[in-house]
Amino acid sequence: MSTTFLSTALVLAQGMLGLAMVFAVVRLLRGPRAQDRVLSLDTLYVNGMLLVLTFGIRTGTTLYFEAALVIAALGFVSTAAAAKFLLRGEVIE
Amino acid sequence: MNWAAGILIVLGAALALGGSLGLLRLKSFYERVHPPTMGTTLGTGLILIGSMLHFSVLEGRPVLHEILIGALMTVTTPVTYMFLVRAALHRDPPK
Repeated sequence: MSTTFLSTALVLAQGMLGLAMVFAVVRLLRGPRAQDRVLSLDTLYVNGMLLVLTFGIRTGTTLYFEAALVIAALGFVSTAAAAKFLLRGEVIE
Repeated sequence: MNWAAGILIVLGAALALGGSLGLLRLKSFYERVHPPTMGTTLGTGLILIGSMLHFSVLEGRPVLHEILIGALMTVTTPVTYMFLVRAALHRDPPK
């Protein structure tokens, strides 16, 4: 009973996170300026990381945790590089 | 214990969904910066606590490595968003 509750909750959470990724992609395609696109890319990778975490809880392996950690680290680097590019016109000066 | 993990995970996913909805619906860029932080801080925290609970019950020992992701997100999100807003201010024409 309680296992079925957890699996139902996981399916619900995955649906919500997928919808959140769709919203972020719509803003990514529509966003009027470059900073909107960078912001929605940031939101997109955070939602994707949460989706990977829920996949890990669903399958019961800790392998997905490492993928989520790598996504979090590389997402920070990519957003910081894009913001730096918007600010200065080049990434490394 | 499974009930608590499921409720925490659904709450975290709902926060992430609300943040993305705010990103989609709000009017100006400076309003749109605010909503995603809801999902990146509290949403991520709730899902990580749910994951820690689930794996601790599953393996019969405390599993705490999810704290790594939590610490990383807590440190990096304010830095990236302040950087991004500074870039947006720089790109906006001065009034």
